[in-house]
Amino acid sequence: MLPLTAFLIVAALLFCIGMYAVLARRNAVAILMGIELMLNAVNINLVAFWRYLTPGTAATAEGLQIGMAGQSFAIFVFVVAAAEVAVGLALVISIYRNRRTVIAEDVDTLRY
Amino acid sequence: MQAEFGQWAIFGLFTVFIIGGGIGTVTSSNLFHAALWLIISLFGVAGFFVLLAAPFLAAIQVLVYIGAIVVLIIFAIMLTRRLMGLREAPNSQWLFGLLGAAVTFGVIVLGLVLASAGNTPLLASQPLSEITGESLRDLGIALVDLNQYVLPFIVASLLLEAAMVGAIVIAREDE
Amino acid sequence: MAEFLVNSGWNANLAQIVASVLGAVVLASFGLVWIIFSIWLERKFAGRVQDRIGPNRTGPYGLFQTFADVGKLLTKEDITPEGADKHVYNFAPILAVAGILAIFAVIPFNHAWVGADLNIGVLYFVAVGSLTTLAILLAGWSSNNKYALLGAFRAIAALISYEVPMILSLAVPVLLAGSMSMQDIVKGQSIAYIFVVPVSALIFFISQLAEVGRSPFDLIEAESEIIAGFNIEYSGMKFAMFYAAEFIHAFVICILTAVLFLGGWRGFGAGEPGYELFGFIMLMTKSVAVYVLVMLLRSTLPRIRIDHMMAFNWKFLVPLALVNLLVVMFLARPFVPDYAAAEALVAQGGFAGLIGGIFGAGFIAELPRAVVLLIANVIMFAVATQLLHRYGEAQRAKLGVRPVAATRAPAMASD
Repeated sequence: MLPLTAFLIVAALLFCIGMYAVLARRNAVAILMGIELMLNAVNINLVAFWRYLTPGTAATAEGLQIGMAGQSFAIFVFVVAAAEVAVGLALVISIYRNRRTVIAEDVDTLRY
Repeated sequence: MQAEFGQWAIFGLFTVFIIGGGIGTVTSSNLFHAALWLIISLFGVAGFFVLLAAPFLAAIQVLVYIGAIVVLIIFAIMLTRRLMGLREAPNSQWLFGLLGAAVTFGVIVLGLVLASAGNTPLLASQPLSEITGESLRDLGIALVDLNQYVLPFIVASLLLEAAMVGAIVIAREDE
Repeated sequence: MAEFLVNSGWNANLAQIVASVLGAVVLASFGLVWIIFSIWLERKFAGRVQDRIGPNRTGPYGLFQTFADVGKLLTKEDITPEGADKHVYNFAPILAVAGILAIFAVIPFNHAWVGADLNIGVLYFVAVGSLTTLAILLAGWSSNNKYALLGAFRAIAALISYEVPMILSLAVPVLLAGSMSMQDIVKGQSIAYIFVVPVSALIFFISQLAEVGRSPFDLIEAESEIIAGFNIEYSGMKFAMFYAAEFIHAFVICILTAVLFLGGWRGFGAGEPGYELFGFIMLMTKSVAVYVLVMLLRSTLPRIRIDHMMAFNWKFLVPLALVNLLVVMFLARPFVPDYAAAEALVAQGGFAGLIGGIFGAGFIAELPRAVVLLIANVIMFAVATQLLHRYGEAQRAKLGVRPVAATRAPAMASD
């Protein structure tokens, strides 16, 4: 039987890889890709918890109402990720048009 | 035992996709290749969803993430490059980033190990619950049931609409 | 097949895996073998429509034309342009074909012959179809060619735009059947959905035509304009794979239209236990009928410009699909078919019993909903075409004087 912690460790690893991308990459689009990895890690976590903790297991015997929370929350994460990527990339393209650069460090003046 | 091995084998295969794709994404110096590694990683996550008995989420993952978000990212890469094949280098603080990520990972794993070894029964080798094939219907009901998640559902759709309008306005050429 | 292997002493799990792999190979080969026939059919048909004979040299009636084509493509030099991304360049055609062949897994050929009866069948085929979009993007980028890239941009913009009305119109048969599984949708069609929601069928068909890139939407690789778009740098077998992918895709959408809207393998008692092969033939017949329609459209309609195509999608198809979905949602709710009551009604005999005997009890169960939705659809279609008519008139009026050849000569100075 696959233990729950196996999924959680993989998700944690993916989250940290995404965090490294956000912290260490210069290109704004690469940073957005790192954010996507982090959101996916969160999704894996949510669905793994849903799969292992829905009604019928020891945790819910103590009154923890889970139901379909895991999958619903995962869907909301999808929605938020899509919205964030759309607006983020629109911003990146707009910055590129004005500054001709997408390197996150170079966009450091508040005034154009 | 055969089923055990099969499960672990599939799990290992998808883990290789996810982690390998993730590492490829963050270390690739060619941005376009980074997007392709991202696709591989997202496929691995979709495989995880199937393994976790959420096929609807797996299909949505492929459709939304790979079919739309990655296409959008590739478009952005193409629209914001002046020379093709420009190599990307990590920025000056990459060592701190690596340390920070490693420390975070260590903290999370420590937390997991403590949670499953202590007296909290939450994570100690949970048996799988009896998920039936009705989870699709339950999910649909959960999203429109007044007692469950209809409000976040509607708020999420409003968020999407706002994001759509915002993205169009921001990325529009100045007239 | 699995039982056979187990009985001959194989391990049970291994036998299952081998049987699944074999099933997948059979399904994939079915698609590939079919296009050998369909390419010939297409060219003959296009030829006849255009008042010429079509291929008739290679074999009787030109039947071996496809083999000749493949022979030519195999012997062409396999070029990889310098500076192209080698791995991506080679992978893109494979992804295109794989994406299409994967759709065959959820098509129900029969009440028992279906690759994998996923309970999210419809969503699966939409997700896999978006992989083809990705393949075009990869092809355009990795060719290291400005024009391939531009062609790929245009193609992707068109493809992802037309996914929206496709999904909206797909929601309607899912709503009517109450399930996303393809098999359940076929089983719920005692009355074929094209007679219940013809507007949805039309929107689905049009958006799928655009997804494939068939005429009149074939600017995606307009041979005479941008010289094959994202395909420019591909030659030989790789181009053959894109070519094959397009043809298989064209046939797959015909099968999908048949499954979702024309009743799939049902009709006249086909496909039920005992008549399996008949069900398969019935599905093929319906798909070929739709395919003839597709070929007819290709041979007769002119190409649509990209901005017209986008305007058509966002200003007409999407609002129409949304309104259609809303209308169906509200009208289908009070008329959920009651199969038990229909069975009871048929058992009573009389007129109902007569109809039930001919068409089956399901027919009577679905009749009220079908009639209501059909009337609503006809009204919607009439309103939509009136709006289109009004819009076309407004556009023409904006042009001012109608450019007719027989205008009066300008007034002479001598008058």
